[in-house]
Amino acid sequence: MIPAAAVERENYLNASYGLKSWLLTKDHKRIGLLYLFTITLFFFIGGAMATMIRVELLTPQGGMVSSETYNKLFTMHGVAMIFFFLIPSIPAVLGNFFLPMMIGARDLAFPRLNLLSWYLLVIGGLFALFAMLAGGVDTGWTFYTPYSTTYSNSWVIATALGIFVAGFSSILTGLNFIVTVHRMRAPGMTWFRLPLFVWAHYATALIQVLGTPVLAVTIVLLLCERLLHIGIFDPALGGDPVLFQHMFWFYSHPAVYIMVLPAMGVISELISTFSRKAIFGYKIVAFSSVAIAVLGFLVWGHHMFVSTQSLYAGMVFSFLSYCVAIPSAIKVFNWTATLYKGSISYATPMLYAFGFIGLFTIGGLTGLFVACLGIDVHVTDTYFVVAHFHYIMVGGAIMAYLGGLHYWWPKMTGRMYPETWARLSAGIIFLGFNLTFFPQFILGYLGMPRRYHVYPPEFQVLNVMSTAGASVLAVGYLMPMVYFIWSLRYGKVAPANPWGATGLEWKTASPPPLHNFDETPIVTHAAYDYSTVPGEVIDFG
Amino acid sequence: MGKLPLFPEQASTFAPDVDHLLFFLLAVAAFFTLLIFGAIFYFAIRYRRRSHQELPAVQHGAMTLEILWTAIPFALTMVMFLWGASIYFREARPPADALQIYVVGKQWMWKMQHMEGKREINELHIPLGRAVKLTMTSEDVVHNFFVPAFRTKQDVVPGKYSTIWFQPTKAGKYHLFCAAYCGTRHSAMTGWIYVMEPRDYANWMRGGESTGSLADDGAKLFQDLACANCHKADNHGRCPSLVGLFGSTVKLTTGGTVTADEAYIRESILQPNAKIVAGYAPVMPTFQGLVTEEGVLQLVEYIKSLGPRPAVAEGAR
Amino acid sequence: MASHSQAETPALREQFNTEAQQKDASTLGMWIFLVTEIMFFGGLFLAYTVYRRWYADIFAVTSSSLNVYIGAANTVVLLCSSLTMVLAVRAAQLGRRKAIVIFLILTLLLGGVFLGVKAYEWNQKYVEHHIPGPDFHFEGVVQQGPAQLFFSLYFAMTGLHALHMVIGAGLLIWLIAQAGRGRFSATYMTPVDVVGLYWHFVDIIWIFLFPLLYLIDRHLGK
Repeated sequence: MIPAAAVERENYLNASYGLKSWLLTKDHKRIGLLYLFTITLFFFIGGAMATMIRVELLTPQGGMVSSETYNKLFTMHGVAMIFFFLIPSIPAVLGNFFLPMMIGARDLAFPRLNLLSWYLLVIGGLFALFAMLAGGVDTGWTFYTPYSTTYSNSWVIATALGIFVAGFSSILTGLNFIVTVHRMRAPGMTWFRLPLFVWAHYATALIQVLGTPVLAVTIVLLLCERLLHIGIFDPALGGDPVLFQHMFWFYSHPAVYIMVLPAMGVISELISTFSRKAIFGYKIVAFSSVAIAVLGFLVWGHHMFVSTQSLYAGMVFSFLSYCVAIPSAIKVFNWTATLYKGSISYATPMLYAFGFIGLFTIGGLTGLFVACLGIDVHVTDTYFVVAHFHYIMVGGAIMAYLGGLHYWWPKMTGRMYPETWARLSAGIIFLGFNLTFFPQFILGYLGMPRRYHVYPPEFQVLNVMSTAGASVLAVGYLMPMVYFIWSLRYGKVAPANPWGATGLEWKTASPPPLHNFDETPIVTHAAYDYSTVPGEVIDFG
Repeated sequence: MGKLPLFPEQASTFAPDVDHLLFFLLAVAAFFTLLIFGAIFYFAIRYRRRSHQELPAVQHGAMTLEILWTAIPFALTMVMFLWGASIYFREARPPADALQIYVVGKQWMWKMQHMEGKREINELHIPLGRAVKLTMTSEDVVHNFFVPAFRTKQDVVPGKYSTIWFQPTKAGKYHLFCAAYCGTRHSAMTGWIYVMEPRDYANWMRGGESTGSLADDGAKLFQDLACANCHKADNHGRCPSLVGLFGSTVKLTTGGTVTADEAYIRESILQPNAKIVAGYAPVMPTFQGLVTEEGVLQLVEYIKSLGPRPAVAEGAR
Repeated sequence: MASHSQAETPALREQFNTEAQQKDASTLGMWIFLVTEIMFFGGLFLAYTVYRRWYADIFAVTSSSLNVYIGAANTVVLLCSSLTMVLAVRAAQLGRRKAIVIFLILTLLLGGVFLGVKAYEWNQKYVEHHIPGPDFHFEGVVQQGPAQLFFSLYFAMTGLHALHMVIGAGLLIWLIAQAGRGRFSATYMTPVDVVGLYWHFVDIIWIFLFPLLYLIDRHLGK
């Protein structure tokens, strides 16, 4: 049980009690936890959809659900996972909690705006949930016209409104982060002393702020078309269905960098801490984050190589897509080089970091396949693409998120999670993930299209493998749910710096006090200067 | 259960090209995967933490290394880009003598129209060893015509024509899939491509009901819709003559010109006032709603038959 | 250096160390918000650009059905409201409470005039059957689809602009109430500054909308 000493000290969790103190909080740390609760809920909703999809795909003829239901399942899986889980995840939970602490600030620049962001996500989520429960939406998360505007008989408007509102959550978070990094850094915290986690979130915030409004206006036009038939995407009235695709992907491609850049930021922290070494090529990694954000706005047409866009547009987008791959590759090499002559620990967060580098490398390399015009014509709209993006978003982003959760759990809660169970689930997730998604590369090249709920019988064996993997993956994801909650009561009490990490957040108690720092810190060291901290103190026993 | 194909058949001239490019990418990917996995594995073991107080030496970055591992991947990606772009370029340039077939996609079926008049639903018979070009449009939402064995696909969009071409290299039966989500029965919008030896194809063409060629159907529609009242063979009507129109360059009232291709003819039927021929008034009514996409294709073929280009190709050559 | 033990004031909230830091942060925040607004309107400008290029002639004809004199007058009204807004900011910098209130009220009134005139124009469009929908009909053009597209963009763009003006009006009312209670001084007038930035931005959007919507090919006298 909880030792008396840990109870006495005031921290952000026990500073006030009651529902109102949480729902009206201005504390970035509490807001981070509010987000944790919300996105975990949506993760399990999206996961439930995924389970049903994979079960349906066990047999070539389907039969467990109708076509209409299946189409709704994959649509809502995508909407829930992308807009209500992945896009908020790392920035809204870990970014909110730790960005101010990492720069030595008491809070973000605009705490009430931060709370508003959470409410906007919840409201948007309620719209989406309503749509799901009222009957679902079946347009695919991509809402292509004219199917979504004229033909679909499902809850398009409610879902689109939900995404619209959630988009503003993302925009305001991005705005908050940019101003915070520019104006709230403690004395001595120069740009090049910032942890790479901060650089990654800054780059992400640029995308959130510049890209999301375009999605918002695209949704407005989609709704106008659906409600009022103004003709903007309707060929019979002179409109262009492909214009929708351009506008949609102008946001939705940078959106994938909103999902992966923060993950890369987490990995930089984990690799550094668990090698006890500064990240190799710090400045290059920092600039790569910004380069990815900028270049990421120039490649949207690679989702449209066979859309009837012009040949020359296709060529430009393919070329630029290869350019955007390079900074990511640079990061992978730099992380790997950091391990050289380091002091490598196998704590759970590090296992997730290793998993990330491996799976992100595979996902990123398969990105080279789909960026390739000649190959993409064959594999676009097949399971090859599905495998590619799940390697990055699940094998990459979710593993980084889990790694970050484990890493900062002691700081957030004052408790250690059980290390053996945690390592076990990391392994189960890694194995389950690969078994689920690797066969899909083969399925895709064979020609199995996406969004198919019946398929030719020769594709069955690979689908069964994929479903088997998904059931292992599901077990891996359920385990942390159980032991994290267990740890809140029974976990070892955590010291201020269990990992021997650098970074201002580790200078505070676990959990941190309400205002983070009693005195505004003055920074005199570079990031990742391990001569300033003792080695890790936790004994895994 | 039981069958476990791991690689699709090669049945078009594109297939080996695309597969060779795939193998190059696979080799590069395998190399870097093994390199990174290997390095991580090795470093993680070799440099594992042996004591709590270990403090590795500070390592300064190495610009040379950074440049190296930027330049080499960039060079490799440029090879991939150029190689892929060259295939893409070829895929966009059907040969002039390709066999022309029309396709209309609609929820949830494929309608093929051969110029000689034969119609097929969800099946397409084509001859071996000859380039085939499909001109496609949709009656409703965006679909996609995908033949994995040919390694090519193209969106089929309402309101415009899109084209795809391929040259089959192996007789047989190949999957046709709709690869753009289009609603409830998207996964049932599939069919078969039958590639036949030229002689078998010719027999198949001759067999079955003798319907008129596409151009014949178009001629009939031309009369039924009273197009002939204005579009007379001489140029004295209120409208320009359509003889020799197809493929020619048309001067417009705006001063610009346009090439009279399938898309122009389709637009002239459905949105006649989008472009007015120089010297004429905008008096043509629209036939939007009065003629289906298939009807438009028939009219296009008929108008082609009025031109200097050969109207109907006899089966397989 | 401030710490959390100091009582919070509007000019120095507890997350900030100095009033200057707070002012800087608020101003930067508003600039970034305006950038997001540029991207938001930008999507409509993109759609406009595409369809104007496709249907240049029809857009010219439909554009000429808008009353350029009213549009120009409204533009002047909005520019004047930006002037009064700047004067309000100046008054705040000088700590002149009454002047702040007067200039803010003037700004609000001019904004109201703009919106009133807009309502009149939209009503004109309604009477002429130029509102997209089942009743739409534009005389003199055979292709109704693109004509309707022009008006869809017209209403979307001016509608979104008007919505931003209404929000601006709400912000002005709040500012007037705050200023009336003497909440602003030479040392603390950030809200006036920041709402001023927003108001100018909404004005600038209109400066782009006016020629794009009202002046297509007018010089050709078609």
